Amino acid sequence: MKFGVVIFPGSNCDHDTLHVLRDVLGQPTEEIWHQSTELGGLDAIILPGGFAYGDYLRTGAIASHSPVMGAVKKFAAAGGLVLGICNGFQILLEAGLLPGAMLRNRRLKFLCRLVHARVETTDTPFTSACRVGQVLKMPIAHMEGNYFCEPETLAELERNRQVVFRYATPTGEVVDTEEANPNGALANIAGICNRERNVLGLMPHPERASEPLTGSADGRLLFESMISSLVSK
Amino acid sequence: MTEVAVTPDLVAQHGLTPEEYDRIQAILGREPTFTELGIFSVMWSEHCSYKSSRVHLKRLPTTGPQVLQGPGENAGVVDVGDGYAAVFKIESHNHPSFVEPFQGAATGVGGILRDIFTMGARPIAILDALRFGDLSDPKNRAIAEGVISGIGFYGNCIGVPTVGGDVYFEPDPSGYAHNPLVNALCLGVARKDKILLARASGVGNPVIYVGAKTGRDGIHGASLLASAEFDEASAQKRPNVQIGDPFLEKLLLEALLEALDTGAIVGLQDMGAAGLTCSTCEMAARGGTGIEIELDLVPTREHGMTPYEIMLSESQERMLVVVEKGREAQVLSIFHKWGLDAVVVGHVTDDALLRVRQHGEVVAEIPAGALANDCPVYERPLRAPAAQPAAERFDFVSDDVAAASLRENFLRLLASPTIASKRWVFQQYDHTVRTNTVLGPAAGDAAVLRLKGTTRGLALTVDGNGRYCYLNPRRGAQLALAEAARNLVCVGAKPWAVTNCLNFGNPEKPEVMWQFSEVIDGMAEACRAFDTPVTGGNVSFYNETRGKSIHPTPVIGMLGVLEDVGKAVPAGFRRAGNALVLLGGAETARDTLEKTFSSSEYALRIHGLAAGEPPAIDLALEKRVHDCCLELMRRGWVLAAHDVSDGGLLVTVAEGCFAAQNGLGAELTLNAPLPLEAVCFSEEPSRIVLEVDPTHLAASLQVAAQYLVPAKQLGTTTQGEFRVRFNGQVVLSEDVNILKEAWATSLARRMRSENVT
Repeated sequence: MKFGVVIFPGSNCDHDTLHVLRDVLGQPTEEIWHQSTELGGLDAIILPGGFAYGDYLRTGAIASHSPVMGAVKKFAAAGGLVLGICNGFQILLEAGLLPGAMLRNRRLKFLCRLVHARVETTDTPFTSACRVGQVLKMPIAHMEGNYFCEPETLAELERNRQVVFRYATPTGEVVDTEEANPNGALANIAGICNRERNVLGLMPHPERASEPLTGSADGRLLFESMISSLVSK
Repeated sequence: MTEVAVTPDLVAQHGLTPEEYDRIQAILGREPTFTELGIFSVMWSEHCSYKSSRVHLKRLPTTGPQVLQGPGENAGVVDVGDGYAAVFKIESHNHPSFVEPFQGAATGVGGILRDIFTMGARPIAILDALRFGDLSDPKNRAIAEGVISGIGFYGNCIGVPTVGGDVYFEPDPSGYAHNPLVNALCLGVARKDKILLARASGVGNPVIYVGAKTGRDGIHGASLLASAEFDEASAQKRPNVQIGDPFLEKLLLEALLEALDTGAIVGLQDMGAAGLTCSTCEMAARGGTGIEIELDLVPTREHGMTPYEIMLSESQERMLVVVEKGREAQVLSIFHKWGLDAVVVGHVTDDALLRVRQHGEVVAEIPAGALANDCPVYERPLRAPAAQPAAERFDFVSDDVAAASLRENFLRLLASPTIASKRWVFQQYDHTVRTNTVLGPAAGDAAVLRLKGTTRGLALTVDGNGRYCYLNPRRGAQLALAEAARNLVCVGAKPWAVTNCLNFGNPEKPEVMWQFSEVIDGMAEACRAFDTPVTGGNVSFYNETRGKSIHPTPVIGMLGVLEDVGKAVPAGFRRAGNALVLLGGAETARDTLEKTFSSSEYALRIHGLAAGEPPAIDLALEKRVHDCCLELMRRGWVLAAHDVSDGGLLVTVAEGCFAAQNGLGAELTLNAPLPLEAVCFSEEPSRIVLEVDPTHLAASLQVAAQYLVPAKQLGTTTQGEFRVRFNGQVVLSEDVNILKEAWATSLARRMRSENVT
């Protein structure tokens, strides 16, 4: 089993993701340069957070056209696991691998704080180790995390149970207060998957919540879910 | 192309005195060319040359077993154990931040980051010390808003967490309204044997230019912006402010660290203040060599740039790299992989000259050592101000009157923008990226980062109360050092080393120079007392507008080391039913408090006073308090620790409650033959409030006695109520959530220009 972490110019959570996979979870992990078009031998690809290409033009817009993304699309179409975290989620949206778009946070400012993400479904290879309704404490750090999509798209996401995480209170209530849903995301959406359930994007940073020393280890469940679903494959 | 003729007028416009011009002629043995005049003017500007401060800075202690590199390089370096070195430095970007708050602050962060990774270290944390004017003025709100956004913009994008700092909003006479202070500190780490110095060595070695193209921005930033006072025309200096591109700097950072791993790089320096000029001559001077460069090879943003413009441009995100001859292709290929402009622009020579060519012709030829080091050094006249700020005594009201207004005054103090929660500020900064943040903003008295690959932690704080220094510069500096060290101790770190940013007015005024000299002496005494040498920093003079100086504001950045980062101690209380212990503090008589209380935050916010004297400090007692606190922590008895500083004792305890996970309160029993106002709100130093499990209380007090440190139980943590009993009477009883609301929402409301009483 092998993970790959894509490095775009401007990625800044690549080291953190590598650290968790390699040093905390002991998984063989490869660094994938953005110009690479070959993803052979990998079982899961992670698009890390950061400011790929400086977020110029629009967050994720330039990155979605980089050479590696062609390969990531093929990889996803073939059923490979693709996880996009924060900027990685934004890139997946721009690349059309997930539906919807990101608006600026409701207060129009960058927001870095802990959030409580409620697990909406465990029927994904990214959340199989969680419980439905479990509240994961993870940090967010972004300017554009206010998820938006058309009503028809939202209805489809809900119908297909593609909403994987929602912003909630510490006790798991999904309410649209600034404390619970800080960026103002539509339907409190913090993370969604594709219909085939092998591509997940989320705004909170599970890699920053994988060791108790730095405040929370809840995010580790995502990586552990991925590992166990790859093992049982 | 013929160069502009050098006339006395032109010399004066460059901020050079006739004597300095004579010296330039003596060094060159001829008249300088226009380009050379520009080069000398930036290198000999106050900002680059430290010509007014050098004689004083020598009095600071700069050595110790932990110091690997003291002042004089791009940043200080200290040994933090397990083969690791910490590289850290603080720097000001005050003037650019006033002229253009967002870009000024952003490029301040960019500049200090480059200073750190230039040494071969990976930046792992940023802290900022910010001083603004009163928030009731929309102009000050706009400056604060711009500066805070700018800091976030740069740090967030490059992916270095902003983990702490301090912010004061201080009304006049602070002077911050027209001259805000933006001081940025960066910490990096490297293996001890990988530290790289900024030296051009090895004759014949190629010199590579890497990074952004050179443009016409920021010309004379160092000399005209940073080395002169402000006036009405300052807005016209906006073109002198540089524009930052954190994305480009991120590429530069990764490319350089990758290139350093090849071992082919022998020296590098960033192009910050004074750009290409400073980096070439300083590297050559330190290496005892010369450098020759050809400007035709320098990547430029515009056509037809003159040598003067290219040499003086302060375009951001550029570096100069000296590489082992024959290995330039290897290094260039790494830079090109990261999409950076990188070209060989010259080479190291043996003639000790900075030689600049354009189109093959020599346009400047200056002895590098003389340019970097032989600038005039001034022993400027010193004079204590004739009229010291009013030393009026504080008129304490009777305890009955104080008790009747205690609730209201306490709420006002908690909502003071300087004391109120800074969440509105720090949630705009990414403080968790790089996954090292163990105690982030407001979680502890200092920020704590783990050192991956070890069990160690590094703690960082910035401190400096300008009001104290205005009232007594020497004592104010000691208090700043003491608070910085105390903050480190509160998280369980041993104070290790200092970097400082010295923000002052016009050094040509004897009163300002006197303040500076006093601050240096105060710092030197305190550094010795705490065994924390100064490893570098920055002096920022000319912080004046229309002839009015800011409060002298030395900002102390202090680094601490934790052997076991898992034992870091937070500021927030853990559980109800624990003992609250006041550790330290000298016996203070009413007479003394009458003289010092007018300098407190309470006196400022409730009575509009900024007068009297700062609290007295006994450095030996302060040190004993630190040692005792660390010993109690070593024994594992301290659950939370928070020092008494701005706002006094009640604010300290309240903040401990606010930082608790689930709405804890406190019940305090205060007994003293002193005025109630003083007991609650005086800012006497050397005091720490500790949360201790009752089973460890008696033993803790015993340890304190062994350290000759006063200690007593103040009260206990409770569930939800904040209650104060003074000499037998209940003087305050309030739901902690009401207090917290005032503290938590004040800053956001003030920034939205809502009325906050």
